[in-house]
Amino acid sequence: MTRQLTLGQAINQALREEMRRDERVFIAGEGIGIGIHSDPRMATHGLLEEFGPRRVRDTPVSEAAIAGLAVGAAAMGLRPVVEIMFNPFFTIAADQIVNHAAKLRYLSGGKSRFPLVARIKTGAGIGAGCQHSHNLEAWLAHCPGLKVVMPSTPADAKGLLKSAIRDENPVIFIEDMLLNFVPGPVPEADYTTPIGVADIKKTGGDVTVVTWSKMLGVALKAAESLEREGIGVEIVDLRTLTPLDENTVLESVRKTGRLVVLHEATRTGGFGGEIAALAAEKAFDALRAPIKRVAAPDIPVPFSKPLEDFYLPNENDLIRVVKSLF
Amino acid sequence: MESGERRKLLRMMLLIRRFEEKLTDLSKDPRRIGGMMIVCTGQEAVAAGVGAALSPEDVIITNHRSHGHLLAKGAEPDLIMAEIFGRRTGYNKGKSGTLHIAAPEVNALCTTTVVGGNIPIAVGMAFAAQYTGKNYVTVCFFGDGATDEGSFHEALNLASLWNLPVIFACENNVYAGAQRMEEHTRVRDIADRAASYAMRAEKVDGNDALAVFEAMRKARTDCLSGAGPLLIEFKTYRWGGHNTTDAQIYQPQDEIALWKERCPIGKLKASLMEAGALAEEEYRRFESEAGEKVEQALRFAEASPWPEPAEALEDVFV
Repeated sequence: MTRQLTLGQAINQALREEMRRDERVFIAGEGIGIGIHSDPRMATHGLLEEFGPRRVRDTPVSEAAIAGLAVGAAAMGLRPVVEIMFNPFFTIAADQIVNHAAKLRYLSGGKSRFPLVARIKTGAGIGAGCQHSHNLEAWLAHCPGLKVVMPSTPADAKGLLKSAIRDENPVIFIEDMLLNFVPGPVPEADYTTPIGVADIKKTGGDVTVVTWSKMLGVALKAAESLEREGIGVEIVDLRTLTPLDENTVLESVRKTGRLVVLHEATRTGGFGGEIAALAAEKAFDALRAPIKRVAAPDIPVPFSKPLEDFYLPNENDLIRVVKSLF
Repeated sequence: MESGERRKLLRMMLLIRRFEEKLTDLSKDPRRIGGMMIVCTGQEAVAAGVGAALSPEDVIITNHRSHGHLLAKGAEPDLIMAEIFGRRTGYNKGKSGTLHIAAPEVNALCTTTVVGGNIPIAVGMAFAAQYTGKNYVTVCFFGDGATDEGSFHEALNLASLWNLPVIFACENNVYAGAQRMEEHTRVRDIADRAASYAMRAEKVDGNDALAVFEAMRKARTDCLSGAGPLLIEFKTYRWGGHNTTDAQIYQPQDEIALWKERCPIGKLKASLMEAGALAEEEYRRFESEAGEKVEQALRFAEASPWPEPAEALEDVFV
């Protein structure tokens, strides 16, 4: 049995199932119980009604305290799932996530564990400007000790979040808000999707496009056009940035001989560089064309609609770059 | 506190004093120990008094000046020293060193040296007690300087809002790095900061081990009966610099001398002797016992193996 759900609804299902399954799971964040929006597409919608204020904790506007709450509660054996409302606000929680969640286990010599999930909402395209939209996944992936998950489909989101909640390590779970408007099939069953395993969302023989999160939709659209022109596109959806599924990327690159990385984050220092380096180091002999990146320009996310549209990589950008390889 | 307990308190302070003095000496010899040490000489009464008031199930989370807190919570001098020496036998297999020793065996699950970074974590630890209904308190140690960090304010606000069983133990040792308190805040008593969060607060003589113990015992009882969080400011003084390489150019000699007259060990010793509960000879035995424990810890550390380089790759993930 599957149902058509948005990303937020799929996450809602995952939270509900895990909270029913495990009393140690609680959620905390700004406006997650009673918020300014009451929209059934939101990830935490209706959870306060089912689980009550003991397990659904609305917090003050205090990102450092929210993240520290998660670190401390996890150290004592709970399974916190905290929400950082928007990716740029992560910077206020960053000390707790980067210096504490990620490092305290290592500092303990493997004695303590911090099984927490920080859900972070992200993505340009909502017309909110650069202090609400800023994809910082490469920063997080650069921190050993964190797992970084960025689902692109509702079904993956549900399975990956359930894995994240059951994981013994800190997991950063980044959700693109525009995916809350794109329903997709989600199995009703209790399933998990493994962290650290990429997914080939479409097979093809001529070029590999590695992408994640909402750029999957861009890749799929571009692939459709390119197929009509006789170029077979294989789309690797990373789903998890760290730990990185190197094999799936490399196998695809060896098969097609061409690699384009597509991500929404800005180009310089983006995670695309890491994928390009991986292919250059380990599959150079298989490459028949230069590795290319399609990413946002190195600017803050602008507000005005035409400017924001210009910022976001689209299918025409990808099509143009793919064609340049032949 | 009966006299047997007071003598234990005195012995713990002596152990901490000897431990820190040894590290201060060792840090002058780079062949034996790498780099600077952050020690709590002069502040022993806070660590020992708090430690004596806690139960094994209580949780502490401390900061860069942690050796005393850990010893007083029951951590093994041998394993702390081996960790400071970077040996595999140390509490954290050499991953932590002097700065971030975690001893989960005594409910010191993590130690953090980002100033103020431990305060929100303490809130999470206390939340877990409230959430699970378990009967323990969380004690968070930090200095006066940490109360200028945003994390302090976010954490105290949340702890107060949720009425969590956490005790914020501020060791006001007059200096934050090289800054005297009046150079880093206009607040005269750190305890006053609790009022911003409608939180209870107390000021305690941090060089009086018995006063520390009494305040802490009461705080613990109150916390466990649901009275909510408390900020205790322990007024004390750092005899040494921020670390053992600090030239202390900013610390007046007469000020140091004044505080040495208020030595927490001397104070408790005098009160025990006055009460006829301690003889000079016995005190000397306590001193030599403490010294021997530290020497033993040193022998253990120096005889312990180094980790293999590849062990650096372990313990990132579960």
